[in-house]
Amino acid sequence: MADKILKKIYVKVWRQNNPSDKGRFETYEVENISQGSSFLEMIDILNDQLIREGKDPIAFDHDCREGICGMCSMYINGHAHGPDSEITTCQLHMRKFEDGETITVEPWRAGAFPVIKDLIVDRVAFDKIQQAGGYVSVNTGGVPDGNTIPIAQVDAEEAMDAAACIGCGACVATCKNSSAMLFVAAKVSQFAKLPQGKVEAKRRAKAMVAKMDELGFGGCTNTGACELACPKNISISHIARLNREYLKAKFSD
Amino acid sequence: MSNIDSKIPEGPLAEKWSRHKAAIRVVSPANKRKLDIIVVGTGLAGASAAASLGELGYNVKAFCYQDSPRRAHSIAAQGGINAAKNYQNDNDSVYRLFYDTIKGGDYRSREANVHRLAEVSPNIIDQCVAQGVPFAREYGGNLANRSFGGVLVSRTFYARGQTGQQLLLGAYSALNRQIDAGSVEIFARHEMLDVVVIDGKARGIVARDLTNGEVKRFGAHAVVLATGGYGNVFFLSTNAMGCNGSAAWQAYKRGAYFSNPCYVQIHPTCIPVHGSQQSKLTLMSESLRNDGRVWVPKKKEDAERLRKGEISANDIKDEDRDFYLERRYPSYGNLVPRDVASRAAKERCDAGFGVNAEGKAVFLDFKYAIERLGRDTIEKRYGNLFQMYEKITDVNPYENPMQIYPAIHYAMGGTWVDYNLMTSVPGLYSIGEANFSDHGANRLGASALMQGLADGYFILPYTIGDYLAGEIMVPKIDTNAPEFEEAEKNVTGRLEKLYNIKGDQPVDYFHKKLGHIMWEYVGMSRNEEGLKKAIEEIAELKKEFWSNVRIPGEMNNINPELEKAGRLADFIDIGDLMARDALNRNESCGGHFREESVTEDGEAKRNDEIGCYASAWEFQGEDKEPVMHREELVFENVKLTQRSYK
Ligand SMILES: Cc1cc2nc3c(=O)[nH]c(=O)nc-3n(C[C@H](O)[C@H](O)[C@H](O)COP(=O)(O)OP(=O)(O)OC[C@H]3O[C@@H](n4cnc5c(N)ncnc54)[C@H](O)[C@@H]3O)c2cc1C
Ligand code: FES
Repeated sequence: MADKILKKIYVKVWRQNNPSDKGRFETYEVENISQGSSFLEMIDILNDQLIREGKDPIAFDHDCREGICGMCSMYINGHAHGPDSEITTCQLHMRKFEDGETITVEPWRAGAFPVIKDLIVDRVAFDKIQQAGGYVSVNTGGVPDGNTIPIAQVDAEEAMDAAACIGCGACVATCKNSSAMLFVAAKVSQFAKLPQGKVEAKRRAKAMVAKMDELGFGGCTNTGACELACPKNISISHIARLNREYLKAKFSD
Repeated sequence: MSNIDSKIPEGPLAEKWSRHKAAIRVVSPANKRKLDIIVVGTGLAGASAAASLGELGYNVKAFCYQDSPRRAHSIAAQGGINAAKNYQNDNDSVYRLFYDTIKGGDYRSREANVHRLAEVSPNIIDQCVAQGVPFAREYGGNLANRSFGGVLVSRTFYARGQTGQQLLLGAYSALNRQIDAGSVEIFARHEMLDVVVIDGKARGIVARDLTNGEVKRFGAHAVVLATGGYGNVFFLSTNAMGCNGSAAWQAYKRGAYFSNPCYVQIHPTCIPVHGSQQSKLTLMSESLRNDGRVWVPKKKEDAERLRKGEISANDIKDEDRDFYLERRYPSYGNLVPRDVASRAAKERCDAGFGVNAEGKAVFLDFKYAIERLGRDTIEKRYGNLFQMYEKITDVNPYENPMQIYPAIHYAMGGTWVDYNLMTSVPGLYSIGEANFSDHGANRLGASALMQGLADGYFILPYTIGDYLAGEIMVPKIDTNAPEFEEAEKNVTGRLEKLYNIKGDQPVDYFHKKLGHIMWEYVGMSRNEEGLKKAIEEIAELKKEFWSNVRIPGEMNNINPELEKAGRLADFIDIGDLMARDALNRNESCGGHFREESVTEDGEAKRNDEIGCYASAWEFQGEDKEPVMHREELVFENVKLTQRSYK
């Protein structure tokens, strides 16, 4: 099936040379883009054009281009990962756009995710939250046979639903409070569903939430925007579970 | 003559590893605290190694080029991980996994390494379960298994279609625990650009902070490379955009031998290339071949009309469809191994039967399975893959057959290592896809994840101790040593040279050209003339690149084009070595198909008289011919037979 060609589109994109630069929008014209191309391929073409014109290409994060590494992170036409559901930026295709359209592209905007350059932000805060407690404390070796810990299929599936988080940060970028609750909840909930995670459940919930607050993420006011933006469809019911885990931990103090 | 010492321990195959472990040295806890180790790479191999070494008490520094260790390319593995657990009671065993891997690799890997891999495989599953990896479960709560191509037992563990993600997040969590404990320090967005060798031993690295361009020195008592494979030589592949061969290549230039570069794996079921704007190829899981039937039209006219868009697949009657895999390989049919399926698709397309506008695609049709099993069953089995396919191509695979074509997927070749996973530079180790060790000329599905974690959790932490036991008197490495100075100059000199070329063409222009040369002459099918041509064309491309590349932006800022240029400079050299290695190996084996070495009916013909070796290339200096050493492969426990899938 031959894909339609978009004769001309306008890409209005955030340019910021470094963290201390104020930044501004610039608009570029791109011609003859196949609708079968991915959004990032369109940006590649635009960058090729900019390089040939002697200009600085747009810096953006990406790696797997398959929707799993969580590296890509663009806020497109007012939506984290653009106008399609359950996908990452790298899975977005030009079919979603019209000829002549102006497409606005911004970085994730959140206090805890400072811009490094253009569309690249610093998400180290996410790693720090995981380092605070997103693990089961077992060393390599000396663990029992895998089948000595039976896990009901429904529990394993629910844990997997939560574990599917790719850590992209769309939830934070979308949330008006820049809250990282969905991200934290996904990890806490995964372990809450598994016997391996129970031993340290209290410590984990408290430590991860405390770290999240310390790093400047906002509080959760249950708007549910994060769930809609999540490319992996992680449900806000995990936030409810995090809250329960957290309260349990607090009450037992 | 072989002047290579692979350090394979004495004794019967099944006892080598335990005897070796008993014989090697161990470092005391007090001394471990004084020893520094650098681990470059945080994929399955690197993250598991860094975490395990940190737990043991060493001071570890871990590096990755992404913004977080969790994003290493291992995250993208879909299908699963093998282990000889025999949970299904289908007579699986360590020996059977060993045998399948040796045979699958077309008898081009080391018996002792492969047996050890099979031996530790059950521990990997236990470890991952203990970390909270949500593997698929049976109703009774036990771990579930699925089967994978090329084997007769069910030994693959999985977490939906995201096994690599879940295993990596498990290793990442273990790594995070050590970061929190202070035993591992993480350097994300740092790219290693050189290895520092002092008095013949690896003593550190030079890395560039990608956020600000700063070039820094890091010293250590040992350096571990876990930097993944070099499949992106071909420009288009299923690898992530940043996957590269640069770390292995810098090591090569510092004296580490490079082994079997010509062995790369081509995966038969990828979404075909569309137009010329494509940047990356997407893999469709191998499991689809269980229920999909592969075909092209019997008549050339039909293929031509398909290419022009005048008819669609469903307009072609059953009797006009050529199910060429079933025709050529009646006993394995659509389930022949990856290399065989890939070559057969290329053969049909080259003969003019390709079905997309580019003439480079075949059909994978689920119509028959849907008729037999119902749409619901197919949806349960492959729903997420079908959805992914539709998002990318805008074609609904329940109603129209998928289009697929082979693509580069995995590098079996890599840095040469001995039984201890040490390269030919003392103190420099290589693990995971970056080394050459376990898969011979072809890797079986679900075995890369196994190897990465085996190396990182259960092999390297022991073998590196043997080396470090001899280093306990060595004080902290002084990064002011002249060797560090020289390495840093080497790195900045090269970056400046690239940056100052200020030519006309962006990096990708050259990368695409390299990809074409490689795919054409060093791809699925190779011959002497083509390989010689490739070497010439690569040399020309190299000149053109070094005189005409244009790198925009600034040296001291985040600069993806500068990063890409450095990686491409190395890919060009790796491409040259691949062609040389392929030229040298005048036989067909696994992923390496030489047109001069075929059976009467055109199938690959291995030649054990000349081919039972692993190559180990030694760098001789810039633009000098490298020297090839041979590690002779000795098979004491399996009988070499020709693979047949007829
Ligand atoms: C789409 C896809 C699906 C797959 N599915 C399966 C499967 O189902 N089962 C299976 O067994 N195998 C599968 N494989 C293969 C398998 O995923 C890989 O072989 C394996 O994950 C490699 O792991 P690794 O740790 O060696 O390297 P990687 O995961 O590639 O990690 C490399 C690391 O090195 C770092 N790095 C690289 N260069 C530098 C540098 N110069 N400086 C600093 N850091 C650097 C990177 O940042 C990264 O952290 C699949 C591969 C692909 C492409
Ligand atoms: S690039 Fe990996 S998720 Fe988009």
